[in-house]
Amino acid sequence: MKLVFEARRKLGAFQLDAAFTSEGGVTALFGPSGSGKTSIIRMLTGLAHPDEGRVIFDGDVIVDTTRGISIPKHKRRFGVVFQDNRLFPHLSVRQNLNYGRWFVSKPKNDDSFASIVDLLGLDFLLDRRPINLSGGEKQRVAIGRALLSSPRLLLMDEPLAALDETRKLEILPYLEALRDQMNIPIIYVSHSVTEVARLADKVVVLDNGSVTMAGPVADVLNQPSVSSMQNRKDRGTLIEGKVIQYDIKHRLMTIEFNSHHFFVPGPEISIGKTVRMYILAKDVMLSTVYPEGVSALNILRGEVAIILSNSDGTVDVHIECEGTALVSRITSLSSDRLKLTDGMTVYAIIKTVALESRGP
Amino acid sequence: MNWFSLSAEEWTAVHLSVRIASVATIASLPFGIAVGVLLARGRFWGKSLLNGLVHLPLILPPVVTGFLLLILFGRRGPLGAFLAENLGIVLSFRWTGAALACAVMGFPLLVRSIRLSVEAVDRGLEDAASTLGASPGWVFMTVTLPLISPGIIAGMILSFAKAMGEFGATITFVSNIPGETQTLSAAIYTFTQVPGGDAGAFKLTIISVIISMAALMASEFMTYLFARKVTSP
Repeated sequence: MKLVFEARRKLGAFQLDAAFTSEGGVTALFGPSGSGKTSIIRMLTGLAHPDEGRVIFDGDVIVDTTRGISIPKHKRRFGVVFQDNRLFPHLSVRQNLNYGRWFVSKPKNDDSFASIVDLLGLDFLLDRRPINLSGGEKQRVAIGRALLSSPRLLLMDEPLAALDETRKLEILPYLEALRDQMNIPIIYVSHSVTEVARLADKVVVLDNGSVTMAGPVADVLNQPSVSSMQNRKDRGTLIEGKVIQYDIKHRLMTIEFNSHHFFVPGPEISIGKTVRMYILAKDVMLSTVYPEGVSALNILRGEVAIILSNSDGTVDVHIECEGTALVSRITSLSSDRLKLTDGMTVYAIIKTVALESRGP
Repeated sequence: MNWFSLSAEEWTAVHLSVRIASVATIASLPFGIAVGVLLARGRFWGKSLLNGLVHLPLILPPVVTGFLLLILFGRRGPLGAFLAENLGIVLSFRWTGAALACAVMGFPLLVRSIRLSVEAVDRGLEDAASTLGASPGWVFMTVTLPLISPGIIAGMILSFAKAMGEFGATITFVSNIPGETQTLSAAIYTFTQVPGGDAGAFKLTIISVIISMAALMASEFMTYLFARKVTSP
């Protein structure tokens, strides 16, 4: 599967000029509000049209302004999950889920309904009306409805943005299951770095209507210029490593990345599996000498690459630890006391590692 | 005189009124939906002209509307002659003409109600339906139409009520022929014009109050049913 997107569109003072490709898996469109993410989704679905551009999916021309081609939105077979679930209020959950199936000329195997209901945990909601569902339940139904229309591509436009933190945590596992079990390419729009870090394979960074960076998730998210765009409190580093050992007694696994060994507590994950870890900048302390007698398990030696100051009296110290880039957020006072300068050797003490489990 | 029995003519008037109002409402419904959607969604030259034209019977004296209908749909009128020659439909001085007059008079109410409910429909739901594979026609049938149905019901009730009470345009266009065009209102009017007709007029008045109340309660009940459909578990 290959998706090619190129479009230029002028909307008042805002100019969108973006191009990217996706080769399957989860491609995240990442950027602040107003960067053009939703415009791109609308053009992919056919709800908006580019002034100039083209969309090609698996060699199938969806849009090509030079040839005057634009396939109508209902024939594109791109499933969409909107930020505001958009469930039909006059239909039950079951009817909502089945809505797209009425229009599929050759319905896929009939057990897809049961398996998607199962995957998204919708069994007990089927006979209810959307008005009686919680925000998280509504969004799960909306995801199921999009999937059951047998889409070739699933577009998710900030599916979690309208939910509170608890609901987000409730839905994320379903999204991970979806990514791992359904063989369907996904374009995932988000401005949350934690969601992107957890779900995406590839990231396309958008700013002010154009693509500023694109590549594998770990490469892109760890760039200082990208991390400065992130929501301040969840700035951090994404590391993808392999489980090499599990200590049953201490319930501790050893994860290898770039010859570094990280020790992370948690339930057992089979050896050899790839896992993702997200290390928040505020969870990394710095020391100029090797710390003795501390409880932290993960201590990395590295060199200060760059120090970026924030407006609130903190600085983000980017550290290069033998090929692993880490970010540490400390107060500017600590930075001054330690006399941190570029190229200086420091020890990064990682207090906690958030583990994002990853499928096979 | 017997308060509980109606003469044959009185029954005919009641029966005719209900038939004319029902035919007027049902026959104008497809046009009402089309014009309501067009006015709510359409962007075209002459939209305000169409809007004015639709609302004209609301403002014009009913006699003027009736007279215009007579000119247009009378036997020698341009439309009346065409319908009579090509389709064999004669409207003037027939109950069908009364239905046309009632439909025209109720049309602004029907269109207004539908237009408002179309404007209240979340376009996002229609977009969602189209991304799920529904063509514009199917989107309308499966999403827009169910969502505007309270507005359609309300408009139909208003149009029916207007038709039941319509007098001026009807009597001008199709006159007051017992058994053909004499509706309840016209029959009451006739009673009041003859000496000793007050009792008959009063009897028909009570009947028209009962019919109006029944129509109102039916509309309330349908609104309740619809609301329950959307909000119940």
